[in-house]
Amino acid sequence: MALKSIKRREKDLTFLEKLYIPEILKGLTLTFKNMIRPKFTFEYPEEKFIPPSSYRGRPVLVEDSNGEERCVACGLCSRVCPALAIEVQAGETEREKERYPEKFEINMLRCIFCGFCEEVCPEEAIIMSKDYELAFSNREDAIYGKDKLLVPISQIQDKIDFLRQYK
Amino acid sequence: MPKIKIDNNEIEFKPGQTIIQAARDNGIDIPHFCWHPELSISGNCRICLVEVEKIPKLVIACSTIASEGMVVHTQSEKTIAARNAVMEFLLINHPLDCPICDEAGECKLQDYAYKYSVGESRFTEEKVHKQKHVDLGPRVMFDGERCISCSRCIRFCDEIAKSPQLTFVQRGDHVTITTYPGQQMDNPYSMNTIDICPVGALTSKDFRFNARVWDMSATKSVCPGCSRGCNTEVWVRDNKILRLTPRYNPQVNSYWMCDHGRLNTFRFVNAEDRIDSPQLRREGQLIKVGWDEAFAEAVSRIKSFAKDEVAFIGSAYATCEDNYILAKFARSVVGSSNIDFVRRADNNFGDDILKQNDITPNSLGAELVGVSPSKSGLGIEGIKKGIKEKRIKALYVIKEDFINVDPEIENMLSKLDLLIVHASNQSKTTSVADIIFPAATYAEKNGTFVNFEGTIQRIRPAVSTVDADRALDGFEMSRLDKFGTSFDRWARGTKHDAKATWKILTSLAGLLGHKMKFKMAEEVFEEMASIEAFKGLTYDDLGEHGVKIKTGNVEEKVNA
Repeated sequence: MALKSIKRREKDLTFLEKLYIPEILKGLTLTFKNMIRPKFTFEYPEEKFIPPSSYRGRPVLVEDSNGEERCVACGLCSRVCPALAIEVQAGETEREKERYPEKFEINMLRCIFCGFCEEVCPEEAIIMSKDYELAFSNREDAIYGKDKLLVPISQIQDKIDFLRQYK
Repeated sequence: MPKIKIDNNEIEFKPGQTIIQAARDNGIDIPHFCWHPELSISGNCRICLVEVEKIPKLVIACSTIASEGMVVHTQSEKTIAARNAVMEFLLINHPLDCPICDEAGECKLQDYAYKYSVGESRFTEEKVHKQKHVDLGPRVMFDGERCISCSRCIRFCDEIAKSPQLTFVQRGDHVTITTYPGQQMDNPYSMNTIDICPVGALTSKDFRFNARVWDMSATKSVCPGCSRGCNTEVWVRDNKILRLTPRYNPQVNSYWMCDHGRLNTFRFVNAEDRIDSPQLRREGQLIKVGWDEAFAEAVSRIKSFAKDEVAFIGSAYATCEDNYILAKFARSVVGSSNIDFVRRADNNFGDDILKQNDITPNSLGAELVGVSPSKSGLGIEGIKKGIKEKRIKALYVIKEDFINVDPEIENMLSKLDLLIVHASNQSKTTSVADIIFPAATYAEKNGTFVNFEGTIQRIRPAVSTVDADRALDGFEMSRLDKFGTSFDRWARGTKHDAKATWKILTSLAGLLGHKMKFKMAEEVFEEMASIEAFKGLTYDDLGEHGVKIKTGNVEEKVNA
């Protein structure tokens, strides 16, 4: 009486399962299937991964086709940055937009790649590029100045097109 | 007193007051651009429109005199719609410059656009273009496009600075501001127009693009430029002072300060020639040493003189606390009553607006705390004579470029056996000193100044030193100060190794066998309260606007 009232539990194996052989075959099918499938890993760094346009790599400053930076040093990226990674010092120029960044530094140790700077920028001047290769051997090297941040617009055109479409 | 009703609050007003004044006195804020409590009424911006019952049209609160029984609505549907319409008009020709505009963050137009505007513009036509970089004067830049023609700057020059230099030209939406032909806006108060400009049309040439306002900390302080003691705010980023702005104090400076005070009283704090560690003269050369070594040297050399051979020069640039401790050090530690300070006056400096001829911030305070010779002691002239006649062999000078007072002194000082100087920056006096202690400037310590009218006011530290930490000592903190770490280059700034003069003197007194138990400037002030003029006062009592004290006949003596 007492035994009959015990229900069958999920972990209790059926007779077929207790044999193990069908289960082993099932597993091996999957293994062999994957052995003949085309592979999707590749041999980095010889082969490079090219991310889609929505990818958020390191932030860069856009250098327009006339060789001038777009940034007007308004400091909004610096203000919105949740990790306080960006430091901007504005200066005055003779150009039509009277401000330019005298100093523009991003501390890549602080950057969390959230893309808020890209979103807040009124001049489309700071862009999250596709560059993901960031390695430094000391703290000072991780602070990227204008020399490393400025990138010609031709190199990031596809990212800008993506932003114009979806932002 | 007669009463009016504003938004169902019954408030009292003084006869003759306008609605906006009555509301303001009772803490009700009616938006305004062109109205300023210290200027005449212009009534051109129209943002202060309110609904008054029994008047068919909306009226402007800034020029409508309140009368008994008036019922005013500032939040009614009609008022809100009118405000929104006014904002839309003002924004029609205002450029979308905010990201590159210095005023952003403290801009009235920006604030009101958030508060009272729907945020959508129906204007699709081309905006009117005007001149964007106009040199109005040596210190002020004008951007014609940003101007909303409120005329505050024009009225300021006419009424407060008493030098009419600005005017409107053109008509309609082409109206713009210019100086009268052949003139510049160069009056000594011109930079106040930057503060009262509700938009970023007027900007400071000195501060232009230096920093965004939200990146700086603002510390309430007092201008040390003259004995008026205008209340100021000290704006600091990366431990560096970037600008000073006036702070409202009805008893002292109202809303204003002069351009001299604004531009020339903070550069020495950031300067390259700051004295950065104690220095001793060894074999004719000044060399940098540690504090302990300098203290030990000072103590052993002071001890070698008879007490009447030592004289002390206090300073009207130093705080009451510094001068009080100096007087105490001179009288009870060294036992000398040869103590005085240099009174400085520039008869070309003063005017009848704010500037005073006494170009030091604290001559009254120095006098009150006892930096003046008692019966047996020598005053400035006596000390000079004493040095000449070799009766005075050691001189202790705080915060005073003593040589600058009188070129003759330079030769005299070489006759001294010992010259100890407390100084913040290099000067002629420090170049001949035997021992130099680096002194904290007015922006690096707590203390009090007494102005020419006897108003005692607080100064507060805004710049941190090795001795005073921004977080631990309760300074004003900006966002970057709060969340930065010492690993961030921008959070470090330059910290000078300087101490408040009273602190240096208490350490010396301790080593000379007279313990003074002061840890904070406030404790010094509490002890000073034994002096008649300061009786019963604490830092809390001084508050933001200071307290007027009874100075007795000292005031006449100083101002004479």
